[in-house]
Amino acid sequence: MSSLPALFGVLVFTFLLMRVLPGDPAVFFASGPNAGKEEVELIRKQMGLDKSVPEQLTLYLYDVGRGNLGRSMMTGQLVTKDLRERLPASLELTFTALLIALVSAVPLGVLAALKPGSIIDHGVRLFCALGVCVPTFVSGLLLIYVFYYLLGLAPDPTGRIDVFTSMPPSRTGFLMIDFLIAGDIDGWWAAFRQLILPALSMALFVIAPLARITRASMLVSLGSDFVRTARSVGLSWRHVVVTYALRNAILPVITIAGIVFSTMLGANVLVEKVFSWPGVASYALDALLSSDYAPVQGFVLLMASLFVLVNLTVDVCYGIADPRVSIE
Amino acid sequence: MTEPLLKIDNLHVSFSTRRGVVEAVRGVTLSVQEGEVLGLVGESGSGKSVTGFATTRLLDAAGRVTAGKILFRGQDVTKLSSDDLRHLRGAAMSMIFQNPRSALNPIRAVGQQIADAILTHKRMSKEAAHAEALELLRAVQIRDPERRMAAYPHELSGGMCQRVMIAIAISCNPALLIADEPTTGLDVTTQKVVMDLLAAIASARGMATILITHDLGLAARYCRRIVVMEQGRLVEEAAPRTLFNAPRHPYTKRLVAASPTASSRIEDLVPEEERGYVAIGDRPKPPPAPGTPPLLEVRKLAKRFDQGAAAVAEFSMTMAAGESVGLVGESGSGKSTTSRMICRLIDPSEGDIVFDGQSIGHVPARDFHRSPFRKDIQMVFQDPNESLNPRFTAFDCIAHPLMRLAGLRGGDALRQRVEECAQRVGLPADLLPRFPHQLSGGQKARVGIARAIACRPRLLVLDEPTAALDVSVQAVVLQLLDRLRREDDLALLFVSHDLNVVRMICGRTIVLRNGAIVEQGESRALFDNPKSDYTRELVAAIPNIEIETRRAAAAL
Repeated sequence: MSSLPALFGVLVFTFLLMRVLPGDPAVFFASGPNAGKEEVELIRKQMGLDKSVPEQLTLYLYDVGRGNLGRSMMTGQLVTKDLRERLPASLELTFTALLIALVSAVPLGVLAALKPGSIIDHGVRLFCALGVCVPTFVSGLLLIYVFYYLLGLAPDPTGRIDVFTSMPPSRTGFLMIDFLIAGDIDGWWAAFRQLILPALSMALFVIAPLARITRASMLVSLGSDFVRTARSVGLSWRHVVVTYALRNAILPVITIAGIVFSTMLGANVLVEKVFSWPGVASYALDALLSSDYAPVQGFVLLMASLFVLVNLTVDVCYGIADPRVSIE
Repeated sequence: MTEPLLKIDNLHVSFSTRRGVVEAVRGVTLSVQEGEVLGLVGESGSGKSVTGFATTRLLDAAGRVTAGKILFRGQDVTKLSSDDLRHLRGAAMSMIFQNPRSALNPIRAVGQQIADAILTHKRMSKEAAHAEALELLRAVQIRDPERRMAAYPHELSGGMCQRVMIAIAISCNPALLIADEPTTGLDVTTQKVVMDLLAAIASARGMATILITHDLGLAARYCRRIVVMEQGRLVEEAAPRTLFNAPRHPYTKRLVAASPTASSRIEDLVPEEERGYVAIGDRPKPPPAPGTPPLLEVRKLAKRFDQGAAAVAEFSMTMAAGESVGLVGESGSGKSTTSRMICRLIDPSEGDIVFDGQSIGHVPARDFHRSPFRKDIQMVFQDPNESLNPRFTAFDCIAHPLMRLAGLRGGDALRQRVEECAQRVGLPADLLPRFPHQLSGGQKARVGIARAIACRPRLLVLDEPTAALDVSVQAVVLQLLDRLRREDDLALLFVSHDLNVVRMICGRTIVLRNGAIVEQGESRALFDNPKSDYTRELVAAIPNIEIETRRAAAAL
């Protein structure tokens, strides 16, 4: 509830920003470059662009309040419908990427922290540096080159599913889950093969911050008094590292994972483009390039809401993991 | 004589640091018999804790035993494999640490942590371990142990956490217990209860104990034999009585002299030739003429933090110029809150503060830095490490209030004033360009005091100014404060939990409990003949060398 003012601010800000950006949507969406003045005026009137900006804003806010985000000029569909269709694709990709990142980053960070200054530590550092400095579209293209072109292991990078597989009945929008519900293992495998490369190239980018924070907080944790206590009573090495050190060290990782997730949602536009992934980010980029106001505004609102939701989830997770934090 | 339980032979421990190898322990030899209680006493950097950690092989990664043997039941601990070591730790020897709150896992229920220790060394079901953990909580006298089993460390007080720590340490009945400053940071009354408990458990279960402490009085109260360490070496070993009545080594002599006792006077703390300044004779000041308004008058001061009960209520006091008043009480008694209100760092909820005839209680704390009285009321903070800006040199620290409050704009005048202040607190001028991390604890304390007296205040509020210092440094700082008081007619409001220190330095003492004044009066009378039960309890809890040694003498 306390996030409503922030959401409202985001809404107004994006609205104004879109109006300030150069480009006239009416001209863009007119039938052609030689469309007559009357035709452009007509479109402008249809879109409500002839009214003053405050008036447009009021109308827009009124619409948003009723759950209407407007209509996309590109697809001709309602923005809410477009987003609803495309959001699961983005979410599925981001969740998978985050999962891959966490599953590899946490052990890497722990390994590095157990032997600081060792070969392993330096190796992890090098790997992280590479992951950060190579842009996602480069790593994406590299992965395609190696696994699709050279090795032929991966399917062609054209969307969520290849042309020969039929879509499962849509329940959640997440293909991995929908196929499972439908009991279609071949379809699941096909979708998984499509998903793994883009998820991997996105994960590579965020492994670095996650591994680094794991290493840092693990070092603090291992050097703490309570780990010394655990060692002083002769607890086994595994017990000390996992139950005492890692469980404490994981707390800041949860926070960072939340931030990383929100960043990935917006920043995965490059990956979506490279792999022709029908997600929300590439949708918003296309809309932005064609001065299509409604989808961009809808996208930003969606991202802001997701951000709020992710923060809430992180807070709840934190409250469960750390008894010192009380959930209200 | 039977084979001792623990025999440390010519132990050397060194730490590799950025500035090269530092030898922390240089040739310590000592032994502990079964069931014996040994005190290991020394100031910071003496190597006493390092010796303890070396014995359980819990040194930091940078620390290494370079020579010597640690024989535990004839087995050399320094040569054990990590597997054998694991069977030894907890089962045969265990440790109790300083700062119990951080020594416990913050996100694991305390019962679980005790059970962890039990399950490591005994084959039993989880339920049985749980039941045993509950028994242990009972043994360390935690109230309502069933409920506390599921509590997390942050839900318990410091004293309770230390009891849990003791429960963990004794869970497998080790033969040797090493307690590293087990009660530092606890209130005096809690300190006594915890130490009594520890001593009772150790003697009931026949555990040998090494008590590592900086507090001579504490060691005297609980140990049969005391070993004194200085700079990694063992300088003296004796029974408490001999040690205090006839110390042989010069360091022990200094240490005994510097430890404040019930009857010690401030002049006795440091031998004359080491004071670094010439003591001026104590000219007894004529009492202020009747009718002179007091320097500070506090009327019915109260502070309520949001919602909660009052942290301080109905607090009234007066102070004359040149007077020193002690404010004592346990943690949570409101003494720090009161001192902060008086030096106008926080706003009182009710009441008034009158300084030099003018009401200052209603100036918001936020704006008080603009008040002309800001330079008259200054403060010295508890931790000299934390209260100095790490990016300011000692010179900057002292110069800052002069520039802000006295309007000095740099140049020679400022330099002169800073150097003068440094000289008054006995800080050599060549230390002024140094940053805090390049100074020792005592030097930092001096910078803090120099900063506070730079603007020639008339009231100095000191919040536990010596709590973080070694006794020998504390002795010097206390003398310095007393000298400043006499020379400048400076009024001192001294907040402390150390009653021996307050008794020495303060003419008058106010005892606080739960935000209310329990008792006040002339210090010596108050401590010698306390009126309220609470004060009596506080006084009884101070580990007191003379009383202890007398008791020991009576027992012989």
